[in-house]
Amino acid sequence: MNQKSNPSRRDVLRLAGALLVGGGRGFGRDARPSDPAVAGKSKVVISRDAKLRAQKSGLDSARLLNVLDRAMQAVCGCDSPLEAWRKVVRPGETVGLKVNCLAGKGNATRVELVDAICERLQQAGIKDIIIWDRLNADLESARFRIVERGSGVRCFGNDALGYESELVTFGSAGSLMSRTLTQACDAVINLPVLKDHGIAGVTIALKSMFGAIHNPNKYHLNVGDPYVADVFMLPPIRQKVRLHICDAINAQYEGGPSYMPQWTWPYNGLIVSRDPVALDHLGWQIIEKKRTEMGMKSLKELKREPTYIATAADSRHQIGTNDLNQIEVVTV
Amino acid sequence: MKRKANSASGCAALDMSGNRLDRRAFLKAATLPCLAACAGGVIAPGLAFGGAPAESDAQFTVEAQHYEKLPYKKIKCKLCPRECVIDDRERGYCGVRENRGGIYYSLVHSRVVTAHVDPVEKKPLFHFLPGTLAFSIATAGCNVNCKMCQNWDISQIRPEQARSTYTPPQKVAALAKQNQCASIAYTYSEPIVFYEYLMDTAPAGHEQGVKSVVITGGYIEQEPLKKLCTAVDAIKVDLKAFSEKFYKEVVNGGLKPVLDTLVTLQKLGRWSEIVYLVVPTLNDGEAEFKALARWVKSDLGLDVPLHFSRFHPEYLLKNLPPTPLETLERAKAIADAEGLHYVYIGNVPGHPAENTYCPKCRRVVVERAGYTVSGVRIRKGKCQYCQQPIAGVWGS
Repeated sequence: MNQKSNPSRRDVLRLAGALLVGGGRGFGRDARPSDPAVAGKSKVVISRDAKLRAQKSGLDSARLLNVLDRAMQAVCGCDSPLEAWRKVVRPGETVGLKVNCLAGKGNATRVELVDAICERLQQAGIKDIIIWDRLNADLESARFRIVERGSGVRCFGNDALGYESELVTFGSAGSLMSRTLTQACDAVINLPVLKDHGIAGVTIALKSMFGAIHNPNKYHLNVGDPYVADVFMLPPIRQKVRLHICDAINAQYEGGPSYMPQWTWPYNGLIVSRDPVALDHLGWQIIEKKRTEMGMKSLKELKREPTYIATAADSRHQIGTNDLNQIEVVTV
Repeated sequence: MKRKANSASGCAALDMSGNRLDRRAFLKAATLPCLAACAGGVIAPGLAFGGAPAESDAQFTVEAQHYEKLPYKKIKCKLCPRECVIDDRERGYCGVRENRGGIYYSLVHSRVVTAHVDPVEKKPLFHFLPGTLAFSIATAGCNVNCKMCQNWDISQIRPEQARSTYTPPQKVAALAKQNQCASIAYTYSEPIVFYEYLMDTAPAGHEQGVKSVVITGGYIEQEPLKKLCTAVDAIKVDLKAFSEKFYKEVVNGGLKPVLDTLVTLQKLGRWSEIVYLVVPTLNDGEAEFKALARWVKSDLGLDVPLHFSRFHPEYLLKNLPPTPLETLERAKAIADAEGLHYVYIGNVPGHPAENTYCPKCRRVVVERAGYTVSGVRIRKGKCQYCQQPIAGVWGS
């Protein structure tokens, strides 16, 4: 559907109720992560290290951990990484790490990054971690090892637990939610990658949550607008996703979402925010800048400007802000 | 629009303890066992919803027909007018066709998600072998996303999200014959998305003396449609509205290609009927009914049956009421006034507009009550009272 459909009054009431319920638990001592009205300006932290891949065999794990720590401290305003993590999650919670593996090992969320996050989460007192995406096969193609049972760090796709049987709706979106999100996780850290998308323009934090619903194929019409924003408004997503850590170690400016090595470049960094709209807006600008450098047309010229980002910021959604005056960009 | 298995027929579904089941519970609990039961227990049930498929993906996977290879391992699907351009490892809008390394595959060949033995009147096909049974099958998937879909729990899912059973074409044909069905009906979800399976199953049915009927939204490209017409015996098209606005906002598709489909069916002489689900406030204007009736008259002719069916609140339109009977009767009156020969009212069991009337002498030539045919007064394709030809496929 091309025309944006307004959320019904029922949608709004349902969401408001859900947020009231969800607001009482979850984000530790801090305010809700993705509510810029509460948090003031939305902070987006860009943490980079040109020598991140100094080792021939791959990433320098010590440097990667340092990049992550600097980002977390900056985004949470803390002096230590563990203090920062404890502002995001609480001991006793099961924390989901929503990775993006669609492009396979070429340009999925890096296993090394996930390992670093798991290390810090465990040090912060988190015992149960679930690494998840759409399918076991997708995870395996990105070098993750499936561990469906036991305690500690597990890893599985939505095919392990399936989907809820009742529809949840907002605006134009009506979906069954992944049980991994609704039943297995108390909190979710979203770990998208920074890349171009042949239909939606870019796919970063907002669109990565398509991996939490049963019918993402239905939501690519009209450059994903308003579907991407509407899906993000579905209560289980709004309630549980607390932080977005975008893997921009390798970024892709054309040819996505499939991995196209000729159009990737080493950005060597992470982009971290509690506000997925601000993160996506900046990520989009980074991709556009690279496209210009490479002599390519803008996404708008190609009729795939990611207008869903602005929709996610509008008065009906208020997921975050795309207003640069309301975004504090911190480079560390 | 038909519902799977239960409610419209007025038959309540019960669990093993005799408790009444709601529709979703019924579908979850009963889909495959029901299939097995109606098929004499031949087909084994698969795994539970949300679990891993019982069979390997490979046995359901065949290279798709009607697509174009593009650079960088992309493909363009040419099966339906949406013409999805699909990256490697991605699926089309339908969710059941996938690009794997630059080759496009159907993931639903022989992957039956539900099957039932239905009266052909339930499709509804009123002018095609009345009083006979149709062995009715579906896979997951659909190439549109109607907000009023009654079968969204199979049409709007991916195949791996549902129980399914490997049922190759010859087995479908054998089951149809075994269950004394005159036809195989490809129905419930959207048969266009399991095109390859359908095109293999229809000839297998013909070898057993079983015909094939397709129940579709008609949102298909012309080339595959023409091939389809050579393989099947009748097609019922769900014309969702007579406005592009409705198709854009409620169906997520387009009206023009569906009208093209109807014209092509007529040109090729394939028997077809039209169902128009009347959704309160969205497609129930008198001007729309009139425009529709005039278009049918001018572009298809007077003999194409047109069924105005009652809407029941479902899926994303639960906020709307069922269609008032007066609206349906008004729609019929408008179409009758345009001179269409066979205009029906559907989903209103017992209504006199379920019967077929001879367009010349106005006497009842096929008498129906719900899905039951109580009398056929057609001999050699003609009204037994006045010898007026009655359009349709009537059998011997």
